[in-house]
Amino acid sequence: MHGRPRRPAKPEDEKAASAKAAKLRDLQAQVLQNHHSRTYTKEAIGLSFKLLEINPEAYTAWNYRKLAFQHNIKELSDPEAIRSAVDDELRVVEVALRQNPKSYGAWYHRKWLLNQKLAPVDSKREFGLLNKLLKVDARNFHGWNYRRFLARFMGVPDEEELKYTMDKISDNFSNYSAWHNRSILLSNLLIQQSKGFESKQKIFSEEFELVTQALFTDPSDQSGWFYHLWLLAQTSSPDNPQLIASWPCDGAKLSSSFVKENVEQNTLSSIWCHSLKEKTVPIVLYFNEPVKGLNQSSVKLKSDLDFGKDVHWRALSVTDSGYSNCWTTYLQITNECSSSQQYSVEVSIPSSDGIVSRSGSNYNCPVHFTFTIELISDDAQGIDLFDKPVAWNCSESLESHGNCKAIPFDPLKITSALVEDSNWHFERLTEEIDLFRELPDDKCKFVNLTLARLLLACAAIKSRGRSPIERKKYCEEALAHFSDLIHLDPSHKQYYEDERSLVLMDKLTCDMETFMKHCSVQVQNSVPLNHVQLCRLSLTCVGFVERLMWVQVLDLSHNSLRSIEGLEALQQLVSLNISNNHISNFTALEPLTKIMFLKVLDLSFNEIGAHSIDTTRYICSSPFSHKIEACEAFEECQKKNINVEEYWDAILFFKSLKLAQLDIKGNAVASKENFRTLIMTLIPSLKSINGECVN
Amino acid sequence: MAGKAELAADQHVRYIVTVEKKKDSFESLVMEHIRLNGAYWGLTTLDLLHKLHAVDAAEVVDWIMSCYHPESGGFGGNVGHDPHVLYTLSAVQVLCLFDRLDVLDVDKVADYVAGLQNEDGSFSGDIWGEVDTRFSYIALCTLSLLHRLHKIDVQKAVDFVVSCKNLDGGFGAMPGGESHAGQIFCCVGALAITGSLHHIDRDLLGWWLCERQCKDGGLNGRPEKLADVCYSWWVLSSLIMIDRVHWIDKEKLTKFILNCQDKENGGISDRPDNAVDIYHTYFGVAGLSLMEYPGVKPMDPAYALPLDVVNRIFLRK
Ligand SMILES: [Zn+2]
Repeated sequence: MHGRPRRPAKPEDEKAASAKAAKLRDLQAQVLQNHHSRTYTKEAIGLSFKLLEINPEAYTAWNYRKLAFQHNIKELSDPEAIRSAVDDELRVVEVALRQNPKSYGAWYHRKWLLNQKLAPVDSKREFGLLNKLLKVDARNFHGWNYRRFLARFMGVPDEEELKYTMDKISDNFSNYSAWHNRSILLSNLLIQQSKGFESKQKIFSEEFELVTQALFTDPSDQSGWFYHLWLLAQTSSPDNPQLIASWPCDGAKLSSSFVKENVEQNTLSSIWCHSLKEKTVPIVLYFNEPVKGLNQSSVKLKSDLDFGKDVHWRALSVTDSGYSNCWTTYLQITNECSSSQQYSVEVSIPSSDGIVSRSGSNYNCPVHFTFTIELISDDAQGIDLFDKPVAWNCSESLESHGNCKAIPFDPLKITSALVEDSNWHFERLTEEIDLFRELPDDKCKFVNLTLARLLLACAAIKSRGRSPIERKKYCEEALAHFSDLIHLDPSHKQYYEDERSLVLMDKLTCDMETFMKHCSVQVQNSVPLNHVQLCRLSLTCVGFVERLMWVQVLDLSHNSLRSIEGLEALQQLVSLNISNNHISNFTALEPLTKIMFLKVLDLSFNEIGAHSIDTTRYICSSPFSHKIEACEAFEECQKKNINVEEYWDAILFFKSLKLAQLDIKGNAVASKENFRTLIMTLIPSLKSINGECVN
Repeated sequence: MAGKAELAADQHVRYIVTVEKKKDSFESLVMEHIRLNGAYWGLTTLDLLHKLHAVDAAEVVDWIMSCYHPESGGFGGNVGHDPHVLYTLSAVQVLCLFDRLDVLDVDKVADYVAGLQNEDGSFSGDIWGEVDTRFSYIALCTLSLLHRLHKIDVQKAVDFVVSCKNLDGGFGAMPGGESHAGQIFCCVGALAITGSLHHIDRDLLGWWLCERQCKDGGLNGRPEKLADVCYSWWVLSSLIMIDRVHWIDKEKLTKFILNCQDKENGGISDRPDNAVDIYHTYFGVAGLSLMEYPGVKPMDPAYALPLDVVNRIFLRK
């Protein structure tokens, strides 16, 4: 029941209601009885009409009418008689819609009748009915659905329907249903390249003008803003997928070991790579949008090393959809190669129909990059990096880490041969920014939010790696808008905080000078490791991971992280600190299970086990979403009396890790019964837990 | 302000138990054809409030089975009403609550649902052919609970749902249909159950959904509409499935729901001071459950059943 006031029934009302109820009860019983006995007399059908007039939701009565209609129409051959039978049904629908214009059963009955194609459709009557109904309630989505059905049924061209949406919008700007239909029709017309709709640029310019007019009329109405956001997305995203980063990057030098003296004297020229010891070369490619189709023929490799026949590219994403921003391969060196010699690996991705984005556009900006590999036979083969618990040092001031020279390559060097964007996009966005800055009401949240989004779209177009200074300026301005928004619209505070986190990460990592303040080389058991520290920044989520793909030790402690999505791209990571954040479930940590060489993980002081609702239950792989079925690890745990229904998420997480060190203290789950047994059962490689050595 | 609003759990339990007995009022007669839905709403609410034992399980199961059509394998909304997937799901869900799927001819029921899949992957609600993404969700949910998803073309079912995605990130009842929170729940749920959430732009949809929160703290179903308790469920569950529920103000929403209670006679209404009904009572309590309200069992956002029930179905061997 909707919109009925709560009040005790008066005695006289109750009397009337019980009479009404008695009538309805009789009607329902009689209609059901006629339905079951297949009685399709005029009188019986009349009863069903009476019932539907009072209660259009009685779906079995509609079914009964369809059966009766089918039964009786067989007897008729005269087109007039058929038309009149159809007419009778249409009239019943109209009466029912008068009682409830949102009755599913009534609307479907009408569609069903038309689809029988027994009599010519009176288009004036149909559109007349719709006009009347949409005049009473311009947002009735049943009406709009029927209108789309009718337009297709009668072959009304999209251009014509587009005009109708314009009429409705002119009546009232605040008609989301009309804006919605407009977006559907325009997309169709653009795809079909209908006459007058060939130029996306022209169409979108006109639409921007139209919606801006609406927004200036009433900036607090939501309808126009959503439409504007759609236009913005259409204007700012590049048409084809692009490679935006790789690891190793162009010119990088990887080494299987290191010369001790060089480490001590800080004169490193190469980067230690964990997997080279096992004669495995990792390559990670990062695209600006999810793509599929990476394989031996779409990505060409050239090297003086042999990698065997099968180069297998794997999508690095939790979703496992075939599409991913991030792809990786681990090349296995198969030939004999002498130590202390350098080998080069050339990677090139030509324009290719093989690599495609979700929208179906193909990869068309060829790239080429080269890196070198140094295989050093070393005596310390068996060195154990993490035999002793690692001490994190996040209280240390950042400046002391700012040893920029220590990183022997430029991690921000973009490998892609950038495709020039059409200037139109940028000009359009700049115009929009100028326009919204003029809107008098700077307290309107939509104005602020849209300005922030426009600025970020500009940042993305302008730089694409080229002018970090300009990018930074846009970021700073957007950050100011998000700060304002947090105060203007506190109900959606955490939305703005997530957005702010992304922009902040962009700002901190978009140019080398700023970025290097957070980077250093740390020596762990005399192995130099690339270390990045992004602590105490109030980050709530992680972004721009393509700039972090070279990082081996990452400290994200003392933020407000709820999510670490994206970290799966960091294939070089061996050690991660996400202590003192707001991680609330093991399912949120699934990205870490994709990092092959992760050895040290500090999860202490998060909220794992403190929440009954798991917001990543359906993002992760689980038996509930059929991405995985119950596994052996479940059985193994059951044998040790571990409750699988309670710990399924912990089991799935820990069984995929090969950690040497884990810190999980300060989480509600850590104090639960059997939890330690669970960890010890599932991670046999573990050497220390919560800072204490395991036996 | 007169103290902190609290959930009147006992009154709601009493309301649910007695509403079953008032079969003769005009309101219940208008709802007669969806009594099986009503049973699901009422009984799930009881379970969320730890009071499922207040009803006689055997009696409920018997009545559910009296709505079964053995020739087709579907359930009607009440005794004597035609079979439809809408009521088949409710029947299966209620049987799950009581852990009594054993009374079903599981393959027969699954065949009924699977038989309603169309060439394009969509589902009809019954033999008459109405197509709606609600029915896609219902079919996938029912078959998944019965461990019979292999009886349909899951990929095609997913493709159809995806074809109903709009440019605002939401979903409609059919291709081209306007986004609506109830429809979005169905489509997000269908994609969640089939491990296909990657088809969703979570930030875009998340923003649309979090903008459903109105000044009064309640959630509406579409832009520029009034808040209504039932959307607490549709919007919250969708936001949880895509991990964006932190984008709304839970405290304000909790207050809105609690303000819609009839604290004296039990039950929750669509808006403050309106007449209560079993539908909004369920959605109100389920909404509170999704916000981790103390004393209320947690719900699974995709299967719309208590979490322990869903865990039992998929994790117990
Ligand atoms: Zn409602």
